Amino acid sequence: MAAAVDVRGLRKSYGDHDAVRGITFRIEEGEVFCLLGPNGAGKTTTVEILEGYRARDAGDVTVLGLDPGRRERTLRERMGVVLQHSETWPQVTVAETLRIYAGYYRNPRDVDEVIELVGLVEKRDARIKTLSGGQKRRLDLGLALVGNPDLVFLDEPTTGFDPQARRNAWEMIRGLRALGKTILLTTHYLDEAQQLADRVAVLRDGEIVTEGTPGELVASSRTEIRYRENGEVKIVATDEPTRVLHELTSRAVAQGRELEELEVRRRSLEDVYLELLREDVT
Amino acid sequence: MFVHQVRADQLVFWRGRESAIFVFLFPVLLFLLLSTVYSGEYRGRPLTDYLVPSLVTYGVANTTFGGLAIILVVRRELGILKRIRATPLPAPMYLAATLCSILLVFALQAAAIMALGRVLYDWHLPSEWPSLFAAFLLGALCFAGMGFGAASLIRSAEGASAVVNVITLPMAFLSGGFGPTRDFPEFLQAIADVLPLTYLVDIVQGVVYDGKPISEQPLAVVVLLAWGVAGTLIAMRFFAWEPRER
Repeated sequence: MAAAVDVRGLRKSYGDHDAVRGITFRIEEGEVFCLLGPNGAGKTTTVEILEGYRARDAGDVTVLGLDPGRRERTLRERMGVVLQHSETWPQVTVAETLRIYAGYYRNPRDVDEVIELVGLVEKRDARIKTLSGGQKRRLDLGLALVGNPDLVFLDEPTTGFDPQARRNAWEMIRGLRALGKTILLTTHYLDEAQQLADRVAVLRDGEIVTEGTPGELVASSRTEIRYRENGEVKIVATDEPTRVLHELTSRAVAQGRELEELEVRRRSLEDVYLELLREDVT
Repeated sequence: MFVHQVRADQLVFWRGRESAIFVFLFPVLLFLLLSTVYSGEYRGRPLTDYLVPSLVTYGVANTTFGGLAIILVVRRELGILKRIRATPLPAPMYLAATLCSILLVFALQAAAIMALGRVLYDWHLPSEWPSLFAAFLLGALCFAGMGFGAASLIRSAEGASAVVNVITLPMAFLSGGFGPTRDFPEFLQAIADVLPLTYLVDIVQGVVYDGKPISEQPLAVVVLLAWGVAGTLIAMRFFAWEPRER
């Protein structure tokens, strides 16, 4: 399978701040790839280099087989972009805005189809200034899709959404995946990565600290056994939960006492993520 | 695609009530106001002979300079310019369409002022009208160059309107866009001598009062062109597609 995005040793500094310090990843066609990390980790810098907004300092980058730094029109025909902050003319309607953008592409999608896809049918002829924040964000997505792109960049598409709006956005992004689009998503929400991504790369201080499917990230972690002994909470992290649990319970049974508040759980992706972010940079 | 973009710009312009009123209507309203309160003669002819073409020159400054600068800054700060950069629309085509669109607005505005002059005051085009129109077009292009330059220097959308008016209104007053300046104190006339609008007003007056075609006024033409080129150079150096404010 061809790579939709191929990044090797990408670096970018702003003055003496190293925003991206040599990252490497690959996104296959039709895949939903997530760059997950806290604010300032280098997510937007990375995405904006791939979108052609920023020049890189070092590294090899191809997007749909082309170098985004050359800003070729053929590449822009095939990609859709949802920026972190971007508005449209407040006084123009949803359908008019989409029609204007559709005119920039050789093979645009039907405007009404896009409106339906992003769930703005009822707001079709409403002016942008009357839309809610979530609806504007859906229009952003519509504008990214109206050119019928193969690759879609979504930079923090749900930041600031209420929970219901986020669920709706997730449904829409799953819909894109079903259409066969390759998607690069950035987020600082862990559950978003878990819900949507085929693969996740965790970014911290401009470096990828781990990469894999959401399942793999959790699988690499250990099981946690908690209980209370003499009023004190004990936590045992282990790769062999069966054996450790057996030893603990056998001992407790032999001593005729209860392991209070016994709890066995696989650590969630959240635990893994927070641990990754907590590690000191060396 | 160019025509598509000009039409899009026109839709956006006329739909935006503030821009339509301020950029298009303001010079027309000022013409009506000034022509109502001032009467009498200037150089042996009715004052409307002066006011009609002069208010069109104010329209040049207000629309192709001020209006263009505000439109560009607002679009930049909203992130519209940044988003455009991710589409296949070529950047030079986008800017050319923006320019073409504002020139269209100016042409309509000039037509409105001249038509009102005709209907209300029996104003007629001077015999050298091709020179008059050539002066308007030259002025519009040069001021548009300055508009691109100003847009590159103005930092915030909120400030754009204020900055532009602080420049254009006193400039129009000093340059004779709102009425003859020959009775102004000398130091004001000295300030006027460095303002680009003064030279456009001069060309227009030369055409209207002395029947001098634009080709016989090379100094004023060169000064105007110099301002236009300077603005364009500033734009080429400092124009930004991405919002300046965080």
